[in-house]
Amino acid sequence: MKKFSGSVLFLDRSDINTDEIIPAKYLTENSKLALKPYILEDLKLPGFDPQTGPQKAGIIVTRGNFGCGSSREHAVWVFEVNDINVVIGEGFARIFRQNMFNCGMLAIELAPEDIDALFKMGPELTIAVDIEKEIVQATGSTSATFSFRLNSFDKELVEAGGWLTYADKKY
Amino acid sequence: MGKTIAEKIFDAHRRDNPSGENVVLDLDVVMCHEITTPIAINDLVERGLDKVFDPAKIKVVIDHVTPSKDSKTATQAKILRDWAHRHKIIDFFDIGSNGVCHALFPEKGFVRPGYTIIMGDSHTCTHGAFGAFAAGVGTTDLEVGIFKGVCSFRLPETMKINIVGSLPEGVFAKDIILYIIKELTVNGATDKVMEFVGPVVDAMSMESRMTLCNMAIEAGGTCGVCMPDKVTAEYLWPFIKDEYGSLDAAVEEFKKWHSDSDAQYCDEITFDISNIVPQVTYGFKPDEVKDVTELEGSPVDQVYIGSCTNGRIEDLREAAQVLKGRKLAPGVRGILAPATPLVYTTAMDEGIIQIFMEAGFCVTNPTCGACLGMSNGVLAAGEVCASTTNRNFNGRMGKGGMVHLMSPRSAAAAAVRGAITDHRSL
Repeated sequence: MKKFSGSVLFLDRSDINTDEIIPAKYLTENSKLALKPYILEDLKLPGFDPQTGPQKAGIIVTRGNFGCGSSREHAVWVFEVNDINVVIGEGFARIFRQNMFNCGMLAIELAPEDIDALFKMGPELTIAVDIEKEIVQATGSTSATFSFRLNSFDKELVEAGGWLTYADKKY
Repeated sequence: MGKTIAEKIFDAHRRDNPSGENVVLDLDVVMCHEITTPIAINDLVERGLDKVFDPAKIKVVIDHVTPSKDSKTATQAKILRDWAHRHKIIDFFDIGSNGVCHALFPEKGFVRPGYTIIMGDSHTCTHGAFGAFAAGVGTTDLEVGIFKGVCSFRLPETMKINIVGSLPEGVFAKDIILYIIKELTVNGATDKVMEFVGPVVDAMSMESRMTLCNMAIEAGGTCGVCMPDKVTAEYLWPFIKDEYGSLDAAVEEFKKWHSDSDAQYCDEITFDISNIVPQVTYGFKPDEVKDVTELEGSPVDQVYIGSCTNGRIEDLREAAQVLKGRKLAPGVRGILAPATPLVYTTAMDEGIIQIFMEAGFCVTNPTCGACLGMSNGVLAAGEVCASTTNRNFNGRMGKGGMVHLMSPRSAAAAAVRGAITDHRSL
């Protein structure tokens, strides 16, 4: 299983789309690692610099409908190769969410008030996710715990390391 | 309790229930293009699993950057081409016969009512116009689809979208779907099937239904879907005539997929489109939509007519109506990319290509290219494009560029005026 802990990168906007996460011009790369420098390149947010923002992050905390737009799994891989294996938000676009679990990564939905609470605990915050207890443990100047629900199939995908391994065994 | 069309298709294709919320479906068609498939192919090869579940059910096209523009895109095309040949995939379309996937594959008769279809492309929802369940997926889903012929889905709810009223002159399927997305927002149909019904949909051509379903994803929808009927059967007739004795027999058979009158919906919304005007996007999200009259006079540098949304013959005919006898406004660049070779040759036969060229348009080969800023019409920073495509994200057609989405007729009007224009005033 992948590592589901680390310091938090806050992206304070809803509807962050796949083109902002990884622009289409980089879709000509045939390796996941080649995507690494281009993470969130076209995302314009106050105080966010794509060159330095994602450097130390292990987890993203954001708002609603994250990853909308294209089906490109590159939007998941660019996080994976930057050691970001968890995105926590109010909600996700269907394809992005499924791509995360298909890669053995976590797209965790929390209630808007819990997301608000995480934003208030920032900007220096670390999070550890426990998939057995289904809790998000956040530690900054204060600490707090938030419960989430992990669907049993999604959990199996994470434990298997992704959909291909799961499907190869089962179908 | 009755069932929706999506529930009926799920029931007919259910392979497994890995949890109470998830279902694994058998796939009728897996569609592939050169941007999202090569990494799946490479991964299967590396794992020693270089197999395909059924070469006859895999349809392959090189369409996003074609002919290849550089070594990287040439390599993507080669990986796909070599793989298609290696696995004896008959339905493979390379330069000379290729076109934009969601226009080409329906034209080739690869879609049927009741089918399950995936592709590593978010606009796969287009094929729901035929009464199929068609969804865009990521590369891992595509990889498993190629390898095992299955795909997992969370059980989707269905949103019934009833389109009523009389279609005003100069308003098209593109205007209707932009209007609907404005009302629903980009998150309004997330994880939902969008079922388009009502007299306005019944009266639409397959081309218009495809435009409608194409943009379901822009509201977050899993799939757009229309009930298969006589219009569907007529479009498919060359491919199904041996299967059904008559058109009426096909239409009757298609009815088994129709949603039952007592089916359960998560939401039912009626849109009366009798009073809407041409619609145009203004920001960087597809739900940022205004009446064309509110944006009148906003200047454009480039006009792009093409794509899986609006690059079909019906679209070119509408644009040509405006362009006939007119010229591009000074300083405006016009690009036409007919979506498929058949659209291109039909447009030639009808004199449409000549109209575009006499107006000053550059006519390119069929490709996705400019729509996602990959080739054949990328914008420079600060430039604005009036476009018949489906996405206006920041930088979509080129870093720093801006896109206004609109119908082909509105785009043609912008081309001759050099600014956003209500085409009805021309």
